[in-house]
Amino acid sequence: MKDAVNILVLVECDQGLPSSVSLEVLGLARRLCDKLESNVVALALGNGLEKVGESLLTYGADQVYMVDAPIFTSYQADAWLPDVLNIIESNMPGVILLGHTTTGADLAPRIAFRLSTSVAMSCIDIRQQENKFTFTRPCYGGKAHEVSTFHSTQAVATIQPKTQDPISPNPKRKGPIICVKSVLDPKKVRTKIVKQVVEENNVDALVNAEIVVAGGGGMKGPEGFRLAHELASTLGGAVGASRVACDLGWCPASYQIGLSGQKVAPRIYFAIGISGTMQHIAGCSNSKVIIAINTDPDAPMFKVAKFGIIGDCHQVLTALTKAIKNIKS
Amino acid sequence: MHIVVCIKAIPDPDIPITLFRVDENLKTVVSAVDLRYVMSPFDEQAIEGALRVREMFGEVRISLLCMGPESARAIVKKGLSLGADEAILLSDNAFEEADSYTTALTLATAIKKIGNVDLILGGRQAADTDAGVVCCGISELLCLPAVTFAKSLVVEENLARVERVLQNGVETIEMLLPAVVSITHELGPPRSPSLRETMRSANKPITIWTAADLDLKPSQVGREGARRVLKNLYVPESKMVCELMEGNTPEETASSLIRRLREDKLI
Repeated sequence: MKDAVNILVLVECDQGLPSSVSLEVLGLARRLCDKLESNVVALALGNGLEKVGESLLTYGADQVYMVDAPIFTSYQADAWLPDVLNIIESNMPGVILLGHTTTGADLAPRIAFRLSTSVAMSCIDIRQQENKFTFTRPCYGGKAHEVSTFHSTQAVATIQPKTQDPISPNPKRKGPIICVKSVLDPKKVRTKIVKQVVEENNVDALVNAEIVVAGGGGMKGPEGFRLAHELASTLGGAVGASRVACDLGWCPASYQIGLSGQKVAPRIYFAIGISGTMQHIAGCSNSKVIIAINTDPDAPMFKVAKFGIIGDCHQVLTALTKAIKNIKS
Repeated sequence: MHIVVCIKAIPDPDIPITLFRVDENLKTVVSAVDLRYVMSPFDEQAIEGALRVREMFGEVRISLLCMGPESARAIVKKGLSLGADEAILLSDNAFEEADSYTTALTLATAIKKIGNVDLILGGRQAADTDAGVVCCGISELLCLPAVTFAKSLVVEENLARVERVLQNGVETIEMLLPAVVSITHELGPPRSPSLRETMRSANKPITIWTAADLDLKPSQVGREGARRVLKNLYVPESKMVCELMEGNTPEETASSLIRRLREDKLI
């Protein structure tokens, strides 16, 4: 199809392999392009991408562009934009998709403004209706959803992690893997990364966790978070928190889940001693199952939870950890 | 040094869901009596970031820039009572229903008109649209370097040093001024207005600029210039019914829960 609208997926890589959210976005693009009979074009920038091309074809790309150079080891907008725009210009995709990460959220608006269009951030769904794409995304802290389209010929969007399924990998899928020489003039990079520190309790660990144990004001102090860590490590999960608990200094600010923190969508979300303000629910409402544990039976958290326990956080946490350890042994 | 902090008035994000309504025809939030407009919390932290720069750097003028209706004056005053020196309110019917493109265009044009700005700060996103586009947009339109998700910001001479939150940690980035920085919640809670600054703020100027003042045509701004078309705005339905775990002791309820999780193959 000549006039078909192709979708370009901007892939992020982690240690030489596409990141999980990138594969989710590819899955979404694949399903849209199957309906449109158009192509999914994947673009990866990075350093040491040997294995990336095949993997992207396996996960749904029809065509892969790779720009492999040491300068792309870490993301910097000034470094990435020229090559991204170069590929966009030569391919003219109708839609450009990125994962909503600290890279995607920084890069997507810049791409949009260079293309003189706007951008739909943190989408949970994209549909195609009569040659127009509609983008669904939460707003007002998740209290509402909005559906938008764009006037412009090209649209840019970021996709909320864990809202899309990757396709089942098919190693028989073949396609061109094109290595492109970078068009970047390094002198034009106006920012300089002087230090990078990997933190143990990082955003990735929280966002990618299958199980999140989150505590709030009902945790009664740092001791509650020690118990939360015990449960999380027994289940192989991560620990999160409400704004209240972070502001009280019971745990680091990086734990914060909610509108003014991270958005998570694990398989199981334990909300322990969290009353459930809208600002918090905005960060966890996409979880598959929410379990609320609270002494107050009227806590709003129970309204979004599938399972609930009314009881003391410390006691219930201790009992849960013990019971799971028993099953394991 | 001159810092401009971009701020926005939004419906109180902490309003209980029971009081939150949208008008699906008008595609807006229904302004009920109980619904206050407040400064977007991340923007308050951006002001905090500017104040911290002033405390370290010394001679710093802080201007607030807000696009919004006349009623946004309340949050502008709050910003002044936190310690900003002056404010510009971009107010014009033509600015209404802007998307992030026209918002950034309007703010960037105002910053150009202000002139000689060294640092532009904003929250990582407005807590109503939850998009986080405008700071990057301003930097693109003004051809300035930008760093997003800043948890700390230090200025030395003409250099900004920013700690940026990453998916797996933190990085420190340096860039020359003028530049744009968006502030994230990890910066920490903002200060409260002091009595002294609140008293002083009564005499601080609030200037109003319209589209004409910015030499922008109505077709370039607000809804007319927008790239995005808002099709629907709705409150998603929740049909969740919580299943309470039975048991006389914490141990019993914990076992009930684990049994249910195993039945549903969740663990």
